[in-house]
Amino acid sequence: MNQNIEIPALARVEGEGALYVRLKDGAVSEIVLNIYEPPRFFEGFLHGRYFQEVPDITARICGICPVAYQMSSVQALEAAMGVKITPQVRTLRRLLYCAEYIESHALHIYMLQAPDLVGHESAISLAGEAPELVKKALRLKKIGNDLLRTIGGRSVHPVNTCVGGFYRWPDKKVIQALLPDLRWALQASLETVEWAATLNYPQFEQNYEFVACSRPDEYAIYDGAVLSSSGKQINHEDFEKHYLETHVPQSNALHSHSVAGTSYFVGPLARLNLNFAQLRPLAQEAAQKINLQLPLRNPYKGLIARAIELVEVCDVAIEIAEGYQPSGESHVSFKLQAGEGCGVSEAPRGLIYHRYIVDEQGMIRFAKITPPTAQNFAQMEADLWALAPSAIQLPQEEASIAFEHLLRSYDPCISCATHFLKLKVERS
Amino acid sequence: MNKPTVAVYKFSSCDGCQLSILNMEDELLDLVGAVEIAYFLEARRRTLPGPYDIALVEGSVTTPHEAERIQQIRQDAKILIALGTCATAGGIQALRNFTSVEDLAQIVYEHPEYLHTLEKSSPIAEYVKVDMELWGCPINKYQLLEVIQAILQKRRPNLPNHSVCLDCKRRGAVCVVVSQGVACLGPATRTGCGALCPANGRGCYGCFGPVPNGDLKAVSAALSPVERYPGELRHLFRNISGYAPAFRQAADGLTEPANAPVGGQK
Repeated sequence: MNQNIEIPALARVEGEGALYVRLKDGAVSEIVLNIYEPPRFFEGFLHGRYFQEVPDITARICGICPVAYQMSSVQALEAAMGVKITPQVRTLRRLLYCAEYIESHALHIYMLQAPDLVGHESAISLAGEAPELVKKALRLKKIGNDLLRTIGGRSVHPVNTCVGGFYRWPDKKVIQALLPDLRWALQASLETVEWAATLNYPQFEQNYEFVACSRPDEYAIYDGAVLSSSGKQINHEDFEKHYLETHVPQSNALHSHSVAGTSYFVGPLARLNLNFAQLRPLAQEAAQKINLQLPLRNPYKGLIARAIELVEVCDVAIEIAEGYQPSGESHVSFKLQAGEGCGVSEAPRGLIYHRYIVDEQGMIRFAKITPPTAQNFAQMEADLWALAPSAIQLPQEEASIAFEHLLRSYDPCISCATHFLKLKVERS
Repeated sequence: MNKPTVAVYKFSSCDGCQLSILNMEDELLDLVGAVEIAYFLEARRRTLPGPYDIALVEGSVTTPHEAERIQQIRQDAKILIALGTCATAGGIQALRNFTSVEDLAQIVYEHPEYLHTLEKSSPIAEYVKVDMELWGCPINKYQLLEVIQAILQKRRPNLPNHSVCLDCKRRGAVCVVVSQGVACLGPATRTGCGALCPANGRGCYGCFGPVPNGDLKAVSAALSPVERYPGELRHLFRNISGYAPAFRQAADGLTEPANAPVGGQK
């Protein structure tokens, strides 16, 4: 590659941005990941809204992971207002989150990332060569969406979540009617792990600081303390003391870094590396069967981590659905109370943190939302630097695909993040 | 005969409406058999050059770049369809239109001067001619399928125009206003969701925008007595579809509660 290149569109991610790689005397002189996904000011217009409107509004940050936004929102608001949810509500929220993982991971594995690994431009073209594989992916994704719809009313922007619990318990019969599909999904997920292990990933390993929610008793998705691969574990309430967001000129997104000024990595690799011991036996066995060596430090292999997580969430979903026994109120009653609280959970693409201040009338006075992709930006840029020396030796088209594939492997959600990543390489 | 070409674009939005296309798991492979997906970045890297037969536009116009881009998209498209509440009414981000965007930027960003944004979030039709609008946050994917089928069959699409309230009655859901005393925009809101919220025991919050020819003054008068907090009804109108003219007027017709917190208000 020896001329300026500009790729007008990075496909198969969520959100809009551009990538500039500038070269001087044959070496990379500057890399800028420019996110021009338009700012939408959610934290601004949450001010003055009633607390119970928040999960409906924050869902609209992302059509692919609305549950993640809802779950971090309601936990933060419940903390702020001193609301204690029932164990049943927590269990159903975990089931809702499992559904989002099935839908989002099936989408990312098969439709967003896999085409890069099998030499296709999309799952649509892949369907010509391997129709059964794509049909399997679609069915898996559909099962996630069906479960989301059954609990939440619809798969994009579900309506059943509220502060205190759920507006209504889903019917036991309807949940359990999904069990045959969920068992099929578990089998398909086990096959996905084996298939993922046969793919040829680019050789690329870095020393990352991984950060994820963690719990001693389960593979943390819904909640947990914040654990780093540096060994540091903090209560989620101290998140902002350790991880900061800053606003950089080329971007409409805020970038996060640790207080030490270093980048860190959230998402499926972080979760798998930090919480492997908490995976249930099925997911652990699936990993052992493909002889998975941890820690995984190759971002492209996030696909394998997602596949193993699919096994975990299908397994958990089956257990919860089998034991689902709605009784009592679907949401707890509570009195309005002023306060401040925060909540963390694991969106399919990484840790998501919310903090709110609520006044005595239940109105939001302050909102802060730290999405996973904002936390990964600094690490994505560092990875682009690490990849660039070898990538720029490639022919133009291959170089572009190499940069794009690296970014796609992060499952960036630039609307919280696909649509338009422009790669412009200038040589001076 | 060549297959009609379809282009899918994203403006300021959450991706949810485009995702609704990928969520047609049972129909997707048939759909890509019937039309040529020429431009759809969320789904594919390959793009074919325009002009296109059908442009599906998700999102609202909120930046100078988007205001330029929509002009080209209109020129390239025979039929332009605005997809979802962002594209038809400005979306949730149009809440900025009731306040100052500078104030919001100060709240969210450390350096608002880095941002390139317009004062308002606008529906697509404020910039270019729109041939068809599909409401919803998110859209109903079956309505989109109906529109695409109608175009393929050269007929008018059959899209219902009644209110959510009617759907609620049809599915036999218990009215939340009557039984729980909860404010519900069902009588004011266009059908499309299947009355999801009332069926889940809560009030409708207007995702599909105003029902055509609705009497929103009457709805306001009927619901005012059941507000849970002062200003609830105003919040309900001024939400996901808040910039749609009928909801805008309905909210303007309600008095702002005293001691209203800053932000999200005029």
